[in-house]
Amino acid sequence: MTHLELTVNGRRYREEVEPRLLLSDFLRHTLGLTGTHVGCEHGVCGACTVHVDGLATRSCLTLAVQVDGAEVETVEGLTRDGALTALQQAFHEHGALQCGFCTPGMLMAAADLLARGRPTREEIVDMLSGQICRCTGYEPIVRAIEQAAAS
Amino acid sequence: MSVGTERETWVGQAVLRLEDEALLRGEGRFIDDLDPVPNAYHAAILRSPFAHARIRSIDASAALELPGVVGVLTGAEVAAMSHPFPVGVENAPASYCCASELTRYYGEPVALAVARDRYVAEDAVELISVDWEPLAAVVDAVTAAETDALVSDRSFSYGDVDTAFASADVVVADRFRFPRWSCNPLECYGVVADWTGDSLTAWANFQGPFTLHSVAAAALGLPGSKLRLITPPDSGGSFGTKAAVYTYVVLMALASKKLGVPVRWTEDRLEHLAAAGSATARVTDLAAAFAADGELLALRYDVIEDVGAYVRAPEPATLYRMHGSLSGAYRVRNVAVRNRVVVTNRPPTSLNRGFGGPQMYFALERTMEIAAGRLGIDPAELRRRNLVRDFPHRTPSGGLYDSGDYEACLDDALELARYEERRAEQAAAREEGRLVGIGVACVVEPSISNMGYITLAQTSDERTAQLPKSGNAEGATIAINPIGGVTVRISTTPQGQGHRTAAAQVAADALGVAPEQIDVLTDVDTSTSAWTVASGNYSSRFSGVGAGAVHKAATKLATKLRAIAAPQLGAEPDEVELRDGKAWANDESVSLRRLAGAAHWNPDSLPRGVEPGLHETAFDAAPNLEPPDADDRVASSAAHGFLADVAVVEVERDTGAVRVLEYVTVHDAGRLLNPLLVEGQVRGGFAHGAGVALFERIVHDDEGNLLTGTFMDYLCPTAPDLPPLTMGHRETPSPFTTLGSKGLGEGTTMSAPVAIANAVADALGVQALEVPLTPGRVWELLR
Amino acid sequence: MKPPRFEYARPESLEEAVALLAEGEDAKVLAGGQSLVPALNMRLLRPSLLVDLGRVRGLDRIEARNSSVAVGARVTQRAFAESPLVPPLAAEALPHVGHYVTRNRGTVGGSIAHADAAAELSLCLVVLGGSVVTNRRTIPAEEFFVGHFTTALEPGELVVETLWPRLDGWRFAFEEFAQRRGDYGLSLVAVALRLEDGVVAESRLGLASVTDRPTLVADAEAVESLELWGNLHASPDYLRNLTRILVARAVARAAA
Ligand SMILES: Cc1cc2nc3c(=O)[nH]c(=O)nc-3n(C[C@@H](O)[C@H](O)[C@H](O)COP(=O)(O)OP(=O)(O)OC[C@H]3O[C@@H](n4cnc5c(N)ncnc54)[C@H](O)[C@@H]3O)c2cc1C
Ligand code: FES
Ligand code: FES
Repeated sequence: MTHLELTVNGRRYREEVEPRLLLSDFLRHTLGLTGTHVGCEHGVCGACTVHVDGLATRSCLTLAVQVDGAEVETVEGLTRDGALTALQQAFHEHGALQCGFCTPGMLMAAADLLARGRPTREEIVDMLSGQICRCTGYEPIVRAIEQAAAS
Repeated sequence: MSVGTERETWVGQAVLRLEDEALLRGEGRFIDDLDPVPNAYHAAILRSPFAHARIRSIDASAALELPGVVGVLTGAEVAAMSHPFPVGVENAPASYCCASELTRYYGEPVALAVARDRYVAEDAVELISVDWEPLAAVVDAVTAAETDALVSDRSFSYGDVDTAFASADVVVADRFRFPRWSCNPLECYGVVADWTGDSLTAWANFQGPFTLHSVAAAALGLPGSKLRLITPPDSGGSFGTKAAVYTYVVLMALASKKLGVPVRWTEDRLEHLAAAGSATARVTDLAAAFAADGELLALRYDVIEDVGAYVRAPEPATLYRMHGSLSGAYRVRNVAVRNRVVVTNRPPTSLNRGFGGPQMYFALERTMEIAAGRLGIDPAELRRRNLVRDFPHRTPSGGLYDSGDYEACLDDALELARYEERRAEQAAAREEGRLVGIGVACVVEPSISNMGYITLAQTSDERTAQLPKSGNAEGATIAINPIGGVTVRISTTPQGQGHRTAAAQVAADALGVAPEQIDVLTDVDTSTSAWTVASGNYSSRFSGVGAGAVHKAATKLATKLRAIAAPQLGAEPDEVELRDGKAWANDESVSLRRLAGAAHWNPDSLPRGVEPGLHETAFDAAPNLEPPDADDRVASSAAHGFLADVAVVEVERDTGAVRVLEYVTVHDAGRLLNPLLVEGQVRGGFAHGAGVALFERIVHDDEGNLLTGTFMDYLCPTAPDLPPLTMGHRETPSPFTTLGSKGLGEGTTMSAPVAIANAVADALGVQALEVPLTPGRVWELLR
Repeated sequence: MKPPRFEYARPESLEEAVALLAEGEDAKVLAGGQSLVPALNMRLLRPSLLVDLGRVRGLDRIEARNSSVAVGARVTQRAFAESPLVPPLAAEALPHVGHYVTRNRGTVGGSIAHADAAAELSLCLVVLGGSVVTNRRTIPAEEFFVGHFTTALEPGELVVETLWPRLDGWRFAFEEFAQRRGDYGLSLVAVALRLEDGVVAESRLGLASVTDRPTLVADAEAVESLELWGNLHASPDYLRNLTRILVARAVARAAA
């Protein structure tokens, strides 16, 4: 067991974990933050994307012990102030989610992109190459991120 | 917008989804998020590394010694504790949820370990040792058809096919192969099983059809009432695929029974890619007879369907789902088909979006395109000449097309695609040496399956010996609580389609409240929900019978509310109008909350003959869905939408890369309940269809080893890979559904593979091609 | 898909890391985890110990050194791409390395050490004539890559930094053909050219993915005689054709 101290969505946690525990499982099962989803556990689908120190990160390709001392943000943290963010609202308005399973990862990856400045459509589409959605056909997601970028 | 005053309906409006808020906040409740019983232990499955092998022995002693392990269940124990799944065809190999002596596909479960957590369970699985004797595998369906792997062989003929072929001016015949693929919902299967006493409670992200509840109960030897199956509020996509989770419900149930603890299992992606219910691979020989003017005189299909290692219910339904639509969108009167089902050493197949449609239309619509070339008629024009014009239309094989204006849809599609201009541009591009192609597809999209069509796999004599099967009924419940809150409960197990929103719209219209004031529960509990064997989320049946049941239940409740309100308003019940959360008559109103209060708190005050309580259940079933007749005709579905699609592609000569420049689809799915949801379904169906056209397939080598075992090899299209989509709609209401609506979630999955293939064939000037049209394959065609 | 058991260590200095690596037979370095952790999740690897470079001081620097750019092993692909010092050839190739999110954590050193035959950065390093600096020696990139997933690294040896010659005055082009954006390419070509009076005076042409390691070839002709592997998506004939086309494109673009 390895000692782990970190901040998740602004709250501090101290836990003892096995080194092999994946960050995705740590968030979902140790902390009960089930908003982060798992779709492939080999880095391709992006459903598990969270932020580690501000950078979008595959939580299925990260060991929990690696984020010791880090600040982790998950989809649950986006609405810490209560209301939906402009990005979430745009997803709602554009029909950018159906089953909603890919959505937390989509939001976290898009939030990282938006934090770097106003992306072009091409940059949005390129970023989305790492995020699989089986429901929407992507176009509504692209539009939602474009709208959030404009706001 | 205010409700009611203009008698405007919620149905038909692009109401934003009620599902979204929770999902956007990460508050969805998916199966793996739930702890429905305390102290569930985690299972991991040992799967066969061979496509065909004898299991000489299994030794689990090392696994059992590992700290944290609760126990192991082997195939031999499964065979002793359960029965084979009931099957719709004879001769098929007996199928259990786990192999005992023989494994028949790569990835088949052979044992499982249950432990404190999934990590330890996987450690334990590695410690189970199996003594294998590998055997030769059969993976090619055509080869299999010549052996005892042929498990069903039925021929049907409608009209006078031979005469039609004899009198034809042009006959087109070719062989078409459709690959095995899978919808791969982003969330995999999940089950929690809790065996207590003599009964099982199981939670699973099952999607129906609930016929499979009976299949699971039969395997467990339980009366249906002792198998309580509960679905979670949210499910991360299914597109048919999660029907097949039932075999794992049985497996986890047996583990729970043996080990005396609740057992949970969440499938991982590697398991899903290896063994989840994929679509059937199909080889179709299709011959079509035409008159010189292009009239389609007859079709003769010869189909070999690869259902994998076992015929797992509801298979061989993929083969019969389209039976009433073998004539496609055309008036042709003479149709014959030979249907052969073979088992191979590949995983058993199941429901997947399009279910039989992509396979059938690939052959039919390729044939139309090839025939157009042979006849010297423009492909769109050839189709137009043959499209069904009058409705209702009875197809030769018994289908009953309800309504539509196929020609108008085709016109719309051609106009949206600028078809004539595109042809001119194509000619100019060819002059420059560029490979531009245009492909068309016309597709009738059946929805609301007739449960009886599956029995066509049996002869009519065999059928008469059994309980006739037909129809397709769905249930819904609606209740108003003592302070006026409205709750609807449906049994259509949505996985992203927005049933909650649409059901709220339907109920809102009946009750005169706003949709957001209605709570819709989507979790099905077979002990408490209103369901039938047909319940679930398949064959695009929600907008037909699912919404129909909600409408009927809400209408019953509205009738009761009017009866309660009438004396208070000094009016007759039929003079009472429900709107804005109130009952109105004579310019006076009483609130829903007050009426609910009366029904709950003060039953004495109710008018004579009105039962206390506000809780109604109703069932809806589409008409005209009789069992197959003695001549094997069947109306296999209740409603039929129509799509006309045009694909424009350019093939890069150097690399064989296919770029879809434009894709137009025009849909007529009857009355649209919510355009926002409609757009989502069309786009999603297209993504799957384009995926099969260009990327997706499950590949096994000659020994049956899986070559597409990860998401690095099984290629799901991503945002940069999908072409722009232009959509058009017409709304010809269905006379056969309660709200005039038809299903629409599968059409573009049926049309896109063949429309894109037609366009690529046109670009290359070749006839024989297979999807997915990977660059490597296209380049070979160019050589 | 859960990793097998292993021990974990998080050294803060290179010396400590090297000492830890020497400890266990099956100790492995953990950098960005974008290739290692999928392999662990699939239980394709069972290291006894993971030595996490995440806190090792000094390995996250990018600096100009002589006529090269020195890139610390744990510099992320994102940081490399955003650095003003990124060599132009690498800048062209980096957007093809996985996806936006994997580049946030995937490292330059990890990509090089992983030595996937289709890795963009390995090819670029070879074409530029770069080298790999380990805790023991400096290895020319051409000798570093030995085969698919195989390098010249010996037990106990780890990548400390990579050296990317600037080749001032040269021109570069990178071409890749992948089925989907971000996939490992079916064929990769990189070229560096030096022109004199509009004529190619020197050139370095490299291929990857179609061979078991990034491979320098003399010229376009050489593609015809290479032994190529086929795979699920592409036959050897197709790959040869593809490579021919990418070579032509890359050379034309670099020379333009
Ligand atoms: C979906 C997806 C797509 C991808 N596509 C591509 C692609 O197109 N092209 C591409 O090149 N890569 C691709 N990758 C892999 C890339 O993202 C990885 O970043 C890279 O291969 C490894 O770098 P890492 O820092 O993540 O290393 P890790 O995964 O941590 O390590 C990889 C290997 O290198 C060893 N190692 C790491 N650092 C050192 C060191 N300093 N010294 C010695 N050994 C070391 C490790 O022990 C391990 O064996 C993809 C990954 C994913 C998940
Ligand atoms: S679950 Fe992490 S990328 Fe798919
Ligand atoms: S909304 Fe279902 S996977 Fe994206």
